[in-house]
Amino acid sequence: MHTDAAAAPNRLAHHFPDMKTQEHAARMGMWLFLSTEILLFAVLFTAYALYRFLFPVGFEEASRLAHVAMGATNTVVLITSSLTVALAIHYARQGENRKVVGFLAVTILFGMTFMVLKGFEYHHHWVDGQLPGRMYHFTGLSGPGVSMYFALYFLMTGLHGLHVLIGMGLLSWVAFRANRGEFGPTYSTPVELSGLYWHLVDLIWIFLFPLLYLL
Amino acid sequence: MNQLNEFLRQLLFLPPQASQWARELDYLHYFVFVTAMLGAWTTLATATVFVFRFRRKTAEQSTPIVDPKPIHEAIFIGLPLVLFLSYFAVGYPQYVRLQTPPKGAMDVYVQGKKWMWKFAYPDGPNSTDVLRVPAGRPVRLLLTSRDVIHSFYVPALRLKQDALPGRYTQIWFNADRPGRYPIFCAEYCGLGHSAMLGELVVMPAEEWDAWIEQQRRGSQPRAQDSQPTAAEEPDLRGSLIEQGRRISAVQGCFKCHTVDGTQHLGPTWLDLFGRTVKLEGGKTIVADEAYLTRSMMEPNAEIVAGYKDKAVMPTYQGKLSAPDAAAITEFIKSLRTDAPTAEPQKGPIYVPVPGK
Amino acid sequence: MSLSPASSPAYNTPNYLNAEKGVRSWLTTLDHKRIGVMYLALTLFGFFLGGVFALLIRIELLTPGPTVMDAMTYNRMFTLHGVIMIFLFMIPAIPGIFGNFFIPLMIGAQDVAFPRINLLSVYLYLLGAAIAVWGMIQGGTDTGWTFYTPYSTTTVTTVAPVLLGAFILGMGSIVTGLNFIVTVHTMRAPGVTWMRLPLFVWAMYATSVIQVLATPVLGMTLLLVAFEKVFGFGIFDPARGGDPILFQHLFWFYSHPAVYIMILPAMGVVSEVVQSAARKNMFGYKAVAFSSLGIAFVGFFVWGHHLFTSGQSTFASGVFGVLSMFVGLFTAIKVFNWTATLYQGAIQVSAPFVYFMGFLYFLVFGGLTGIALSTVSLDVHWQDTYFVVAHFHFIMVGGTIMAFLAGLHYWWPKMFGKMYSERWALAASVLVIVGFNATFIPQFLLGNMGMPRRYYSYPEQFQALNVASTAGASLLGFGFFLILFYLVASLAKGRASGPNPWLSRGYEWNTPSPPNLLNFPETPVIDRGPHEYQDGPAAEVKHAH
Repeated sequence: MHTDAAAAPNRLAHHFPDMKTQEHAARMGMWLFLSTEILLFAVLFTAYALYRFLFPVGFEEASRLAHVAMGATNTVVLITSSLTVALAIHYARQGENRKVVGFLAVTILFGMTFMVLKGFEYHHHWVDGQLPGRMYHFTGLSGPGVSMYFALYFLMTGLHGLHVLIGMGLLSWVAFRANRGEFGPTYSTPVELSGLYWHLVDLIWIFLFPLLYLL
Repeated sequence: MNQLNEFLRQLLFLPPQASQWARELDYLHYFVFVTAMLGAWTTLATATVFVFRFRRKTAEQSTPIVDPKPIHEAIFIGLPLVLFLSYFAVGYPQYVRLQTPPKGAMDVYVQGKKWMWKFAYPDGPNSTDVLRVPAGRPVRLLLTSRDVIHSFYVPALRLKQDALPGRYTQIWFNADRPGRYPIFCAEYCGLGHSAMLGELVVMPAEEWDAWIEQQRRGSQPRAQDSQPTAAEEPDLRGSLIEQGRRISAVQGCFKCHTVDGTQHLGPTWLDLFGRTVKLEGGKTIVADEAYLTRSMMEPNAEIVAGYKDKAVMPTYQGKLSAPDAAAITEFIKSLRTDAPTAEPQKGPIYVPVPGK
Repeated sequence: MSLSPASSPAYNTPNYLNAEKGVRSWLTTLDHKRIGVMYLALTLFGFFLGGVFALLIRIELLTPGPTVMDAMTYNRMFTLHGVIMIFLFMIPAIPGIFGNFFIPLMIGAQDVAFPRINLLSVYLYLLGAAIAVWGMIQGGTDTGWTFYTPYSTTTVTTVAPVLLGAFILGMGSIVTGLNFIVTVHTMRAPGVTWMRLPLFVWAMYATSVIQVLATPVLGMTLLLVAFEKVFGFGIFDPARGGDPILFQHLFWFYSHPAVYIMILPAMGVVSEVVQSAARKNMFGYKAVAFSSLGIAFVGFFVWGHHLFTSGQSTFASGVFGVLSMFVGLFTAIKVFNWTATLYQGAIQVSAPFVYFMGFLYFLVFGGLTGIALSTVSLDVHWQDTYFVVAHFHFIMVGGTIMAFLAGLHYWWPKMFGKMYSERWALAASVLVIVGFNATFIPQFLLGNMGMPRRYYSYPEQFQALNVASTAGASLLGFGFFLILFYLVASLAKGRASGPNPWLSRGYEWNTPSPPNLLNFPETPVIDRGPHEYQDGPAAEVKHAH
């Protein structure tokens, strides 16, 4: 199923002079897009910094309510998934599409694990009433900044979770294409770019975990 | 100098200058205005001269390539830079001065609230919408808001400061010209934004001293009001007005009527007495004692325009004795924006200004 | 690069307008030119809506008390006017229309880098606009376009759909900007070096950088407001420890650069118009090009000048004040270079040029009043008064819309191959400029008098100037209708313009008018900078017809 040579001309859009330029454009577009993603999160990080500064005690106490074990497991899960996606990119460049499918499937499974654990955490917080703003009704802890912590907790992890879901969707689509044997030494951009996105999702989590669970 | 100041002030439609700071700000204003006009007109004139000098003669006329020398661009950058920095060099120290109240300034607490201004003097009286200050003495305003952001704006003082919920901001002035000057709310705050008007009354210092003395005497029993006490209802059964307030509270009038101008289920009582009220059906009536009493006993006889759908007021026939009704009427009569009111102070509580 | 003679086969190939027919071919088109034309139709509709609301506002302000509507309706009107004008016209118009249409033509490319994403941006615009307008009409949003908390989170009207609409419109804006950046980097034809890029492309490049980097911040901020309004998250709610001023910082971090999203493309347009009208290359090309980047860069560090009276620290106000002046500095460099370009030129006074002159004057005066506002102490008097309103309308209407009209008249023959009536165009341009002055100069004076903005009723001493302003606005509105009328008429009955009616040497004129489907029969090779008129008529260029 090595169809690179035949498929390549079709992939060149009419308005690009050659494949190299086209892939350069795609990669550049992806990097720009990732920068917008970082700025999207930057708003929440700014809000976090401000309220952490205003309510140091409230945030510290509230963060003890976070489920560190599940958070830590999730961190390991995501970091490992970064490795598997990197391996998928490696094999895509080699044209070993079967392995690409395999590693992408593992990555998606890791993503699912992450979401399931996250779901358990949300469930606990929900049951205990550790919720943002006016919905907060947990009796074990009160004080200034506690409900603000949970507002930011849910916003940041929620937005991140949404990105994990989108990333899983992207990887599924790429895995589907790998299953048709589309990738090889001359064409692996979709795998690389979705992988790039997945790395960003990991990277953001690596910031979220200490900020929300450990500090 | 004075004539030139007056001429330019009127040319630019600027309001009167009620403080030294306002006058100095206006000098900068004139300078900025003159240079801005000069800049714009010079540019336009130069371009116009070029248009006449370099008209196109043939359809495909060729033109030389003129590239700038570094000196050209240096002038293009240098000229405006010098001009702009000169604005800043004057303006920034002025701003710093405005942000730094002098020692010994008199404090007045200002609370913005939809859609009125409340002023509270530290040791006693408070008032609604009318701020009285002595001429020639520095006054520091400590502003906060009960609900959304408002902005305290006195054009005659060239002064503006936002009043924010949950925190205090400050500004100071030294008005030196007795007179009455309008206060506006400059930050959009909803339906009554443009009606959130107040008045700054600058009084000669001696007159003000006499006035505040009288106010303090009048409010002696509530000298503790500025402390955060739990007692919302001070025991003031003596006066008819206070009786009226107490009865209104007991009867639940405040569930629908406010005393501070806020919109609620029923018409507000603030400034109600003596007002010409428009009724449902187009008739108008002056809200006098008779009307007020009748409204308590037969609420649906004369409904104020716009409250038809909300006409839920029950009759108080039999629930209110005649003296009670009179007391409530007296209480309503006392609710006036132009007089410091007899209601207990709900104004701001003393807290140190953050950062100062 | 040379223009192919009119007899060459390239001229007989179908142009982008008639190559395919039917509504479906438009709705699914990937052609940057058709997408530009779709943006033209959509944004003009937005402009019409926003203009109607502007006129209603002006009518209401004819008398001190209630005139034709109640306070609630008035508050909705100015919110609608602001949101529609900014999000549906000022931000998408010039990038969406001229950016899409001309960037590929100006760099010798067949299309933008991502045509499908380009089409997506149109649909995002449509979706966002539909949600926002629906939300504003159904929910009666009365917050003003700035959505200041805690008013926006406590008002009884519905705000969330408008916020969502603005978020989606923002996404459209991001992908447009992203597309342009990649296009300029990767798709320049041989010979189009960075120092030969047309100045419009430079300006659009700087704009795109702002769009990509600032818009996500606005998007997230608006979502936070929506979360707060709907679920009570309390991020900006002082009662729950939230900080309403944080909203202002985040909002202006986008919305001040957004002003440069609106004005930078306009600066690019007039750079093209003035070079063509004066038959002269730009005096100080590099200064004009790099000052666009300078504005984009400094624009990110000036947002605090909206907070001089909100209790921001004195030091911060000073820093933001000085930095704001640098924006004026970069603008001044452009103004001087545009004026100097006229020197030794061969100037033809046409409608685009009249708008250029108007633009020049309004930008200088509006810009200098901006510097005045960033002079910290003066802002204490002017903040939130009609002076600010007049200032930004001088930049937005006097700057951006004048430039938009200049560009529309300059490029109309290129886009549609038809020439409008030049006599009517000149008449309308004078009407618009006079009407503009009559509308907004009284507003400066009202601001000086101390009339705050967003006032439904006002004390009587403000009435005379308000009436003057309303009179001016009706002239302005009439002028816009006149333009619409003769432009539409030209589509039906205008004479064919020929490929290059202005005899311009901007790269985009090297194609037929209207351009054919793939822009260039073959990849063009550029051998000189744009707008160089030093060597007499280029032999190949023929003034067709």
